[in-house]
Amino acid sequence: MSAAPAAPAATAVGASRAGRSRARTRRVVWHVTCLGLLAVLLYPVLWLLSMSFKPADEIISSLSLLPERFIVGNYSEAMAGSGGVSVWRFFSNSVIVAGLCVVGNVLSCAVAAYAFARLRFRWRGPLFAFMIATLMLPAHVLLIPQYAIFNQFDMIDTFWPLVLPKFLATDAFFVFLMVQFMRSLPEELGQAARIDGCGPIRAFAYIFLPLAKPALVTTAIFTFIWTWNDFLSQLIYLNSPENYTLPLALRLFIDQTSQSSYGPMFAMSVLTLIPIVLFFLAFQRLLVEGVSTSGMGGS
Amino acid sequence: MSTAAPERTAGAASGGGGLGRPRPPGRRQPYGERAAFGYLFLSPWIAGALLLTLGPMAYSLYLSFTDYDLFTSPSWVGLDNYVRLFTEDDRFLSSVWVTLKYVLISTPLKLAAALGVALLLNRPSRGQGFYRAAFYAPSLLGASVAVALVWRVIFDDGGPVSRLTSAFGADTGGWTTDPQFALLAIVLLAVWQFGAPMVIFLAGLKQIPTTLYDAAAVDGAGWWRTFRSVTVPMLSPVILFNLVLETIHAFQAFTAAFVVSGGRGGPSDSTLFYTLYLYQRGFVDFQMGYASAMAWLLVVAIAIVTAVLFRTSRAWVFYAGDAR
Repeated sequence: MSAAPAAPAATAVGASRAGRSRARTRRVVWHVTCLGLLAVLLYPVLWLLSMSFKPADEIISSLSLLPERFIVGNYSEAMAGSGGVSVWRFFSNSVIVAGLCVVGNVLSCAVAAYAFARLRFRWRGPLFAFMIATLMLPAHVLLIPQYAIFNQFDMIDTFWPLVLPKFLATDAFFVFLMVQFMRSLPEELGQAARIDGCGPIRAFAYIFLPLAKPALVTTAIFTFIWTWNDFLSQLIYLNSPENYTLPLALRLFIDQTSQSSYGPMFAMSVLTLIPIVLFFLAFQRLLVEGVSTSGMGGS
Repeated sequence: MSTAAPERTAGAASGGGGLGRPRPPGRRQPYGERAAFGYLFLSPWIAGALLLTLGPMAYSLYLSFTDYDLFTSPSWVGLDNYVRLFTEDDRFLSSVWVTLKYVLISTPLKLAAALGVALLLNRPSRGQGFYRAAFYAPSLLGASVAVALVWRVIFDDGGPVSRLTSAFGADTGGWTTDPQFALLAIVLLAVWQFGAPMVIFLAGLKQIPTTLYDAAAVDGAGWWRTFRSVTVPMLSPVILFNLVLETIHAFQAFTAAFVVSGGRGGPSDSTLFYTLYLYQRGFVDFQMGYASAMAWLLVVAIAIVTAVLFRTSRAWVFYAGDAR
């Protein structure tokens, strides 16, 4: 790369200048490539955004991303909701379900992870191995029996089947994530707490829980986004429109094949994606780090 | 992952809080009185494991040998569900085929895209963090019904994609209504979400010691040679990890197929994914015994595929520091 040390000063300067401009060209090419790829990748999202502001007759006929006539009527139509239920109901249902799932997952997974990572008791090894094994288990094998059980308890068409499992630490991913995190905390912390007379409960509440905050936040964000996007279990458990969450309300549009309903459908799609985008913008660093350290974060 | 074997510590004299307080020898108190706290903290998880995982698994295994419609009690039919699946049910066989095609096409494409972009981004430069986050974003959005709906319209007749292809002289019409192309549209939605494995690849690439690249450069290795002989072997554990994860994931794909095909798996069952057919049998027709049999076959299939991947990985995964 650099000029030979024996070369006269003038050529050395010239060579390094040439090298610098070559590096700059390469940097520009790199940025252009990245941005070009990004544009292709994000085209569907931009397309969605633009369609949501287009009048019905323009949606299919025009390829342009910029609407010829910019309207917000799609949004007011989407806001009106469907089946006599306002969109705010769908929205608040989604918020309630996702919020409760976040609380449940953070609490129950932290408690279980503390036991696995920091306490010693008989069967800890086999129980931990079992938890890891459930990571691989496809959810579909539990779908039918769980449905039958919740049906026995008259919980179909309520939020219970969606929320209750989260309070029982059934998301092994997050238990594992927090176990890894709590194990990385120094052993001396627990010893110091013990010497100061803290039992396991206080050691958990005052030391390990506060210190595990990054893992808790990562869990909370991923739980929120996954529950917000979740379709299959909400489809199965929620039947009446007033209990519908946003994905189910969007689903109503599937059956309406007429292109005149595209505008409101896109407007509502945008509305459902906004919380995810906001979470992403606020926590993108934590999200990306969570993926690269734990290997999760697929959809 | 490594926990001290209980048996080994059981006979040790020290126990309890780990402070090394001597205990009377022979007294069997391996974990001390504090052990109870372990079960206390674990109790929600234990309840969940028993009531929502182990119990339902056993129940669904039992149901798979019965006729069950949720409203009348299950009646034992032996292996009948399994036999019918393989001998009488053409839609089942076609759903297996569709799912296999999907897994075999979407997983390699997704990983290739992930690795390609990770290689592109892996250079010390300002903006890397921004691009990494931006390329990751579709992974979060793509699982939603909203994006699947967008896909449905983009690939519909007259949508942007059919206009693009017809502009190039290939009149594909609407992909979502064409049995030949409908699955491909869903594959592309999966590939679109390459961000998560890309982030993992990028983390793996950063772990490769730069000295190896320096050595390759000194030896006069070109880009391709360096990629084949340094990057791929050093990255192979991460490739295996992503491959296993994405394969398991692809077997369970549901939302995209449901939304793009309107819940029916059409046109002519070309997007009837395994999970979609399971859903139809279980929750539309309420043939829950039959659907349970399908679910267990899925478990077995995923277990076999995972085992095969790990088994073959011995031939191509290189663990640095391994004496081989």
